[in-house]
Amino acid sequence: MSGYDRALTIFSPDGHLFQVEYAAEAVNKGTCVVGIKGASCSVLAVEKRSILKLQSEHGGNTSKIKMLDDHVWLAFAGLNADAGVLVDKARVECQSHRLTIEDPVTVEYIARHIASIQQRYTQSGGVRPFGLSTLIVGVDPHDVTKQPQLYQTDPSGIFTAWKATAIGRSSATVRTFLEKHWTAGLDEDAAVKLAVKGLLEVVQTGAKNLEVAVMGSDAKLRILSTEAVEAVTKRIEDEEAAEQEKKARRKGAAAAQATA
Amino acid sequence: MEVLFGITGKDFALLAADTNQARSIVVLKRGEDRTVDLNRHTALAYTGDPGDAIHFTEYIAANVRLNEIRHGHEASPNAVAKYTRNALAGYLRTRQAYHINMLIAGVDKTSGAPALYWSDHLANMTALPFAAHGYASYFCMSTMDRLWRPNLTLEEAIIVLQKCVAALKTRFVASLPEFKVKVIDKSGIRVIDVKFEK
Repeated sequence: MSGYDRALTIFSPDGHLFQVEYAAEAVNKGTCVVGIKGASCSVLAVEKRSILKLQSEHGGNTSKIKMLDDHVWLAFAGLNADAGVLVDKARVECQSHRLTIEDPVTVEYIARHIASIQQRYTQSGGVRPFGLSTLIVGVDPHDVTKQPQLYQTDPSGIFTAWKATAIGRSSATVRTFLEKHWTAGLDEDAAVKLAVKGLLEVVQTGAKNLEVAVMGSDAKLRILSTEAVEAVTKRIEDEEAAEQEKKARRKGAAAAQATA
Repeated sequence: MEVLFGITGKDFALLAADTNQARSIVVLKRGEDRTVDLNRHTALAYTGDPGDAIHFTEYIAANVRLNEIRHGHEASPNAVAKYTRNALAGYLRTRQAYHINMLIAGVDKTSGAPALYWSDHLANMTALPFAAHGYASYFCMSTMDRLWRPNLTLEEAIIVLQKCVAALKTRFVASLPEFKVKVIDKSGIRVIDVKFEK
């Protein structure tokens, strides 16, 4: 402890705000969330916290994909309890915006708003930053393209727009994977598959560990059933097995050729 | 001169609001909608100071929606009505009291049981099987006393409404040519077209 992390508003001599960096560390300990933008859909895939043997499935806030307004949803990585507070502030802002502007919020507006709340908590007395990164998907109210958008916010208070990204545990690995495999114009099936595949890079296999949600150009979010997610994971596993077999056969053929 | 009616039936509630926007003795506008949907199964009709009424009902609608998103659960007409009453009673005791009279009607989304609440600008609220606001209450409570009975069908309720409007036509000094009529049942809120005698 160097003493530069005692008060939030104090810089270290080399220009770091340690509390903010610790908040980012809390995010990296949180469960992984993947966001993908397709041709006319956006996909959120989250690693589900496993429920303890004796814990009730219902009751408490178990889902990490939360509705802000009819057309905007948010998924987060980091401290669950902090998320409750931040999500509530965002929900209030969505309704307040409707009340004063007589229009629903745009995705960029609410991303900017959430980020500005997070920034405020890095520069005020008596508070600590939100240990949260969020992914926000939504369709702008008067957007003729009806393209669902994807934004990310961080504890430092920045917000960014993405084609595909990941937050939380091992997000760097997943982002590298996405950089390699994301292409423009993914349809819904392909986007869901890529999101699940990306998440499976770092999450234990099994549909029960995943929660997948798709927003189409109708601005409605559908959370996929466990069976639907299972079908996707099955397809990925089958394809991988086939790939492996092909590789083994090729190797076998090569070996046979070598001996001959 | 504004008039509101509310009638409950077997598995629905009906709201009717006249569509004249008047100031003093002058009609400013015809076709004003004095109803607001608060959620999928609760609607509100209002009279009173137009500015107050719009501001207050928009505030209530936004808060009902916020509450629904927060809890992932649609509030019952009973909960919505009592929240509204409490908000109005709160403002009544400040310097910026809202002058608004309301009828709040809805159905329980699972059982379909109807509910109708009458509230004036002093935040009195009572649950009633049928109700009226404005001058209509002087003329039409007796009509509804005579014609209303439990378990009305929608057709019968519309007839009660038509008879009420006919009574106004006969005895009331002002003319009220158009009504916006909403029906709330298990499937949600819909606007219906009701013919009134000219």
